[in-house]
Amino acid sequence: MSEIPILRIGDCLLVSIQVDMHDRLAMALQDDLTQRIVQDRARGVMIDISALEIVDSFIGRMLNNIAAMSRVLDAVTVVVGMRPAVAITLVELGLTLTGVRTALNVDKGLAMIRNIIDRGEQYDERRGG
Amino acid sequence: MAENESLLLTLIDRHQSALLDGWLDCMTRSPRSGALRRDGETREQAKRFLEQLRRSVQYQQSADIYAQDWAPMRELLEEVSRARVTQGFTPTETATFVFSLKEPLFQLLRREVDSADRLADEIWIATRLLDALGLYTIECFAKTREELIGRQQQELLELSTPVVELWEGILALPLIGTLDSARTQIVMESLLESIVESGAEIAIIDITGVPTVDTLVAQHLIKTISAARLMGADCILSGIRPQIAQTIVHLGLELNVVSKATMADALALALRRSGRSIENRAAPKPRQGE
Amino acid sequence: MNVEADESMPVRSSDDVVRARQAVRAKAVAAGFSLVDQTKIITAASEIARNTVDYGGGGTLRIEVLRNGQRRGVRLTFKDQGPGIADISLAMKDGFTSGNGLGLGLSGAKRLVNEFEITSAPGQGTEIVLARWR
Repeated sequence: MSEIPILRIGDCLLVSIQVDMHDRLAMALQDDLTQRIVQDRARGVMIDISALEIVDSFIGRMLNNIAAMSRVLDAVTVVVGMRPAVAITLVELGLTLTGVRTALNVDKGLAMIRNIIDRGEQYDERRGG
Repeated sequence: MAENESLLLTLIDRHQSALLDGWLDCMTRSPRSGALRRDGETREQAKRFLEQLRRSVQYQQSADIYAQDWAPMRELLEEVSRARVTQGFTPTETATFVFSLKEPLFQLLRREVDSADRLADEIWIATRLLDALGLYTIECFAKTREELIGRQQQELLELSTPVVELWEGILALPLIGTLDSARTQIVMESLLESIVESGAEIAIIDITGVPTVDTLVAQHLIKTISAARLMGADCILSGIRPQIAQTIVHLGLELNVVSKATMADALALALRRSGRSIENRAAPKPRQGE
Repeated sequence: MNVEADESMPVRSSDDVVRARQAVRAKAVAAGFSLVDQTKIITAASEIARNTVDYGGGGTLRIEVLRNGQRRGVRLTFKDQGPGIADISLAMKDGFTSGNGLGLGLSGAKRLVNEFEITSAPGQGTEIVLARWR
């Protein structure tokens, strides 16, 4: 069981990453999320990274993996709360978040997921990164 | 060394006000003194200099003005330099403050010292000391000037990248001038901070004021657009001049962003995207009898 | 140029990577770095630290705060006695999204710093020096 709590808001799951992640935690989170998506029939996954001061390629890979797995399970992934300094660094680092949509905060993230599901756009590959 | 140094000490002790007068007089006479007047501030600084010189000469253990015990004197000279920089003096005018002490000092030495050899030694000691102090003044001046220029450059960079909220949820970033990597950093920080503050989901980047768009500038634009996207805001590029459009195609640059010729077009698109429309109000009906 | 602060630490586990990030942050803050500059050097450190643990068999990190006149900088030296890198230019290629093993993070980290030097050969371990200036 991962130490990171997964909350449910309607048909969306919300994960708030607060701690420094290492391999075991990341693997556990990915496992838990996949299980919960199926269990709760979630249509959206929101990952709140507003507490993260750093996003390196390890976290980037984790986010991409989560998005890829969600997509297979017909759920949309949105990353919210990225800090400006992190965004600037990611862009400089050359790290692309494929298949991951981004929104400013949880509210907008939920609205985005709603929008996408209602319009049937979850298969739109162009968006993201 | 100490024995010779104490002659300076004695001179300053006994003839302080005469020295001060002679010094200020020389300052105003020298052709490069600019606006150095016999005003209160200069007189006050000269007095403090003499007092500090006396103290340093009395207690110091070496003639090296960079040693610890000369610190108070150095601080005084920094203060004098800093004031002169902001008042718009030149480095020479500032150093004249120290160098013009030589004339009255040497005159005094001539009067008080009998033997020619002794006189030559004393003048040499005094000259070496005042030269070092005068040069230090110029160093401080240069340093202060550099700091001032650095601050002004920073302010200029920040001023030239304003982010405007055109409408609720729609930001505009008019870029003026070339986009190099230093500028891009400031632009990105400005834009992203505005996105956080306003919660805007659309940012219009206008490049009417950007003279050329080559591969490097395109890379900077792409970085800025990607960063905005990571913060949940989509970008629209506007102000594409015909020549720029040609260059972009010619260089094979892939900007991957919607672009419009004018900001007006970009705003219209942004409003549509955010679910708004603008319509003309119906003309008022003419009143009966008009 | 002066070295104003100097700290060394092991980089052998995931927890060490976390500690390394915290130590680099502390030094970057001490050197007066802006938030963006801090984020860049810490991210670069995280990349190389992970490489050191995952591919170098663990190693050490030395963090120095430098002063050159008015400018201050932070220099990081990662050393390991691992297998070494056979083809450095290949390792420096952008290989992130393809999921390559070696080389992940090296080219990215280089973009985040002002100075980057890598010395490595098969059987001779690897040394990577990065520096970022204010």
